[in-house]
Amino acid sequence: MDVLIAFLVVGAIALVLGILLALICHFFATPDDATQVKIRACLPGINCGACGYKGCDDYAAALAQGGVKPNLCIPGAQAVADEIGAILGVEAEPFEDKVAFVACNGHCEATRKKADYEGVPNCKGAAMLYGGPGTCTYGCLGLGDCANACPAEAICMIDGIARVDTSRCLGCGLCATICPKKIIQMVPQETAVVVMCSSKDKGADARKACQNACIGCKKCEKTCPHGAITVVDNLAVIDYSKCTGCGACADCCPTGCLKKVVFPNLPEGVDAEDLINTQFEVPHGEE
Amino acid sequence: MFKTLIIILLSSVLVDNYVLSRFLGICPFLGVSKKLDQATGMGIAVTAVMLIASAVTWPIQYWVLNPLEMGYMQNIVFILVIAALVQMLELLLKKFSPSLHKGLGVYLPLITTNCAVLGVTIQNIIDDYTFLESMVSALGVGLGFLLAMVLFSGVRSRIDESNIPAPFRGLPVTLIAASFLSLAFMGFGGIVENIFA
Repeated sequence: MDVLIAFLVVGAIALVLGILLALICHFFATPDDATQVKIRACLPGINCGACGYKGCDDYAAALAQGGVKPNLCIPGAQAVADEIGAILGVEAEPFEDKVAFVACNGHCEATRKKADYEGVPNCKGAAMLYGGPGTCTYGCLGLGDCANACPAEAICMIDGIARVDTSRCLGCGLCATICPKKIIQMVPQETAVVVMCSSKDKGADARKACQNACIGCKKCEKTCPHGAITVVDNLAVIDYSKCTGCGACADCCPTGCLKKVVFPNLPEGVDAEDLINTQFEVPHGEE
Repeated sequence: MFKTLIIILLSSVLVDNYVLSRFLGICPFLGVSKKLDQATGMGIAVTAVMLIASAVTWPIQYWVLNPLEMGYMQNIVFILVIAALVQMLELLLKKFSPSLHKGLGVYLPLITTNCAVLGVTIQNIIDDYTFLESMVSALGVGLGFLLAMVLFSGVRSRIDESNIPAPFRGLPVTLIAASFLSLAFMGFGGIVENIFA
């Protein structure tokens, strides 16, 4: 008998609470914003976070609220920006395509190792140990953290350094975030000249560590007709808003670390598709 | 009367602090105390839920469970009621105060099964508090939780900046710091009762 009473009472309380919840849900529910749902449908839904929001849902909510630019979705590019612009009734600003670029050219022949590294096989681990096994402490460690982070398999390791296949690059910037050396930059797709070095050592030291290093000689700074290059901390930095892509700097650079590029910037004669299918030997975990 | 309420309030904030003396609600205390703003949000949300939960469970105990001699079902009924309450609170907040909902949003569902909330409702019954006294006690416990969270988030931000020996990094040093804070609160023992003596 006691059991029955307990059963009935608890059941009754649960029923009352359930009905209350249902009523509240029915009368006070906030309908999902129709615009937000529409916008969310346009977004690619891979939740890469490149827009600066927590995911596609969050970005859609921010857009529906207003005051946010519709062209922040990088994987979606111009098409998605236009669609969202149409829903919100605003003209989407032209979309700036960005690609990842590895600012290092310290491949096997240009630089040496000061030690053999046998620790945890990733860049993060190697970087913790005296800045990595290479003679240059700024350069690419070549253990492929960026390649593992890349959702589009656009990064592969060639001659000990990471190279980006820009035809595959989504521009999400995940690699730039994960790189412990912070040498991956997000540059405009139309970039014509790049500085393939991140070394902030003084000229002689940088050169000793790597043949392809920027030695901070300031020749490019003087040569550039548009004043787009400045040498900061022994390293040339290009202001892409001023650069016209004339290439005068690349022609005068004594170490060849300033390079004219037409993305994709894989070495000549290497086909990205082949590379990923056949020679792609980036340590993808233990699989 | 007034004196009793003040004593209940002060002793539940300082002497019988739920986190630091009774070791209830340790999960959010360690989990959400990394940043001051999060700790404050969680503390305020817990305080609100404790007040509402006490206001509802007290009548249920005295008007439903006691007359039916069903005191042994207390835990289950209280858990049920608190969980449903938090859900209702969330729905209503979303409708009437979206900004508050956004502020508390993440923490509200976390509180559903927080043992400190269940603890305060049950303790109110054990201590034979009247309705008013149990509300004051809930407020005090909530404020005590808020105080502990805020203090500890300050301690943790200092821990983050210091150079800690490798074996103690992370959780161990956090637990040691929590034990020091708990020791410090033991100093309040016996103070409140004697202030008004």
